[in-house]
Amino acid sequence: MKTLQLKIKSKTDKLYFVRDFVSDAARNFGFDEEAVSKIALAVDEACTNIIKHSYNYAPNKELDVRIITNEKVFEVVITHQGKLFDPSAIHAPNMQEYLSSYRRGGLGMHLMKLLMDKVDYKILPNQTCEVHLVKLITKKNEN
Amino acid sequence: MSQFKIDLREKNDINVLDLKGYLDAHTAPELEKVLQNLMDVNKFNIIVNCKDLSYISSAGLGVFMAYIEDVRKHKGDIKLTNMSAKVYNVFDLLGFPLLYDITKDETEAIKNFSSLKS
Repeated sequence: MKTLQLKIKSKTDKLYFVRDFVSDAARNFGFDEEAVSKIALAVDEACTNIIKHSYNYAPNKELDVRIITNEKVFEVVITHQGKLFDPSAIHAPNMQEYLSSYRRGGLGMHLMKLLMDKVDYKILPNQTCEVHLVKLITKKNEN
Repeated sequence: MSQFKIDLREKNDINVLDLKGYLDAHTAPELEKVLQNLMDVNKFNIIVNCKDLSYISSAGLGVFMAYIEDVRKHKGDIKLTNMSAKVYNVFDLLGFPLLYDITKDETEAIKNFSSLKS
């Protein structure tokens, strides 16, 4: 098992660094460019949601991004101390209805689920929240 | 380091936005500002040239959703052109090609505006 870690402040101008950090790690792990892009976008969406909804754009908070790799599993764990979040309250949007009613926003989690193999939310006993994003390497997305 | 840039030009009474770089939650307000400025002066025929757009997240998609209804109410449109496969895949994943006119190049987008008028 191998772990990489990046700590960022809760500011949207840090998203670029997170994407770079995750893309490099995914590429080194052996994913092709299409899979690398999907992982980077999913992590961007997760961090954006935390900055926006959990920290309400407070710029001095922290996000901890850890990448844990093990054989065929590439897992990104994003930890924060912001507002607790109930993922079960969010339902996948009906995209046809969404588009025809010109809605805006609320697609981040839906995208994460489409892009990754597994998305999970955990609340630790010390009220720390974790978002787990898992992508498995297969012959199809291997470089 | 500048992550995102918008150049604005006018062609055949159509406003063309050339996007360059990374469109995410940090840079989306810049695009929103440019589109809002166009709305404020009643410019509703818009082409967004994505040739040099390297990345888009849902925050970027949200900006287009914020204006498309208003633009179409005024008989205009936001047409998107020259997308890389990487950027198109994000639009496609969420079904956005159902709502937006996404063309191969600018010439085709201009032609589609002309056929709207006739």
